[in-house]
Amino acid sequence: MFSQLLATHFVHVALAAATVVGILAGLLGPFVVARNNAFAVHGIAELGLTGAAGGLLIGLDATTGALLGSVTVGVLLGVLGLRGRDRDTATGTLLAAGLGLGVLFLSRLHTYATTGFGLLFGSITSVSDTQLHRLLLITGAVTVILAALWRPLWFTSVDPDTAEARGVPTRGLAVAFPVLLAAAVATAIQVTGVLLILTLLVTPAAAAHRLTSRPGTAVAVSVAVAVVAADGGILASLQWDAPTSFYIAVFSFAAYVFARIIGRPELAR
Amino acid sequence: MTAVPVLRLDRVAAGHGKTPLWSDLTFDIAPGEFIAVLGGNGTGKTTLLRILLGQLDPAAGRVEVLGSPPRRGNSKVGYVPQQHTFDRDLPLRGVDLVRLGLDGHRWGIALPSRAAKQRVTTAITAVGADSYATEPVGRLSGGEQQRLRVAQALVADPLMLLADEPLLSLDLASQQQVCALLDARRRQAGTAVVVVTHEVNPVLPYADRVLYLAGGAWAAGAPDDVLTTETLSRLYQAPVDVLRVRDRIVIVGTPDASHHPHHELRV
Repeated sequence: MFSQLLATHFVHVALAAATVVGILAGLLGPFVVARNNAFAVHGIAELGLTGAAGGLLIGLDATTGALLGSVTVGVLLGVLGLRGRDRDTATGTLLAAGLGLGVLFLSRLHTYATTGFGLLFGSITSVSDTQLHRLLLITGAVTVILAALWRPLWFTSVDPDTAEARGVPTRGLAVAFPVLLAAAVATAIQVTGVLLILTLLVTPAAAAHRLTSRPGTAVAVSVAVAVVAADGGILASLQWDAPTSFYIAVFSFAAYVFARIIGRPELAR
Repeated sequence: MTAVPVLRLDRVAAGHGKTPLWSDLTFDIAPGEFIAVLGGNGTGKTTLLRILLGQLDPAAGRVEVLGSPPRRGNSKVGYVPQQHTFDRDLPLRGVDLVRLGLDGHRWGIALPSRAAKQRVTTAITAVGADSYATEPVGRLSGGEQQRLRVAQALVADPLMLLADEPLLSLDLASQQQVCALLDARRRQAGTAVVVVTHEVNPVLPYADRVLYLAGGAWAAGAPDDVLTTETLSRLYQAPVDVLRVRDRIVIVGTPDASHHPHHELRV
């Protein structure tokens, strides 16, 4: 049964989609954790849900709608340029308002239950070839932009005041980063669903940060954990009947627990 | 010193509206000079630094840094911030922090470079931070972090070093060490050093001149000329006493200190 499923096209498409999304999420994760942006990611994801539901309602597809929804809130958060508690409060407020709208949109859809469930918890096995191509396009574009911004973005994420003194365009990056994040979130919604975005965008990086103090290694570990969790989740759900996103969350969390237990014991001073 | 000034301020004013933070500030800094910028909170010390960094425009007057108007990201200007807490798990070692000072502002991904690595190592050795340079910065003490901060600022070989409260929340020994590092640099490489600080005493042994900002006015000159009862009383337009206790200076009665439970000028 398992090997038969492995040979099917939809599984190949699902694995390919999970891999590219895992790579992108793993690359962005260390920035999210260093910038303490986990809650913003969650907010962007929930607004992605609103966008997806709204998109379906007016005849777009879910990914385009999610992209519009999350990029809008990403730009908004970036332009507001808030820090600390203020940022969390604004994120929470936006999130709640947007989600209310999302509920309205979902209730107007005929396929209320299945669509809603798919957006909330992912529908990786229903990715079409066209969707996969677009996924590749978006993740490719985001990865290229991320590579170009890499050093100054890392500088302002870990050491904002000095970065600004050295001429890093901190304000521009504060807008660019949530937009990249939003694009990644919109693609990840298909894999993990809105509610489990953090399992690819935060947990792998959090695990990596416990395991190494080298920035480059941390990125590599974060990508590896995200890809293994995403692909492993698909394979596990083929073998043992349970939702894919459940297994993705389990694998990613297991990596985090493992990292907390063995992580950097020499540093426990 | 007859060299071209590193910094030239000509009748500069800062702040906006009818009450500028300070105005008519005329002040030159020569290569290798060590300047302490003193004054209470809200007197515009950090504003001065931001003008020198090109982050703010002065309200009036002319500013020249190394012969040209200040501009953001001038690699000839180094910057040391105040000590702040890094996340304990942040994957950033001392060497990574220093490397950011060299090319962290450039676009793209940092490629392995022997020359860059060499410069980072040299800068770390110069501040005596070799033994903990590969540890994550979040696990280092405040004093260790600030030594690395000095290395981070010096790795790009600046001609002027701006430090914004670099001694804040450090213990006395670390304060003295950081000041000694800054002093060594200006003596060896002729880098002008401008330190904005509340902590008067650690910088006094090294400061050639003091720029004291208070209540919109300013006074500049040798520490012994500025840090006197007469000068500070005139500056604050209130009775202020400057006492010498052993080899330390204690300033009593500054109006801005009375607004704050913790002394503005820690001595």
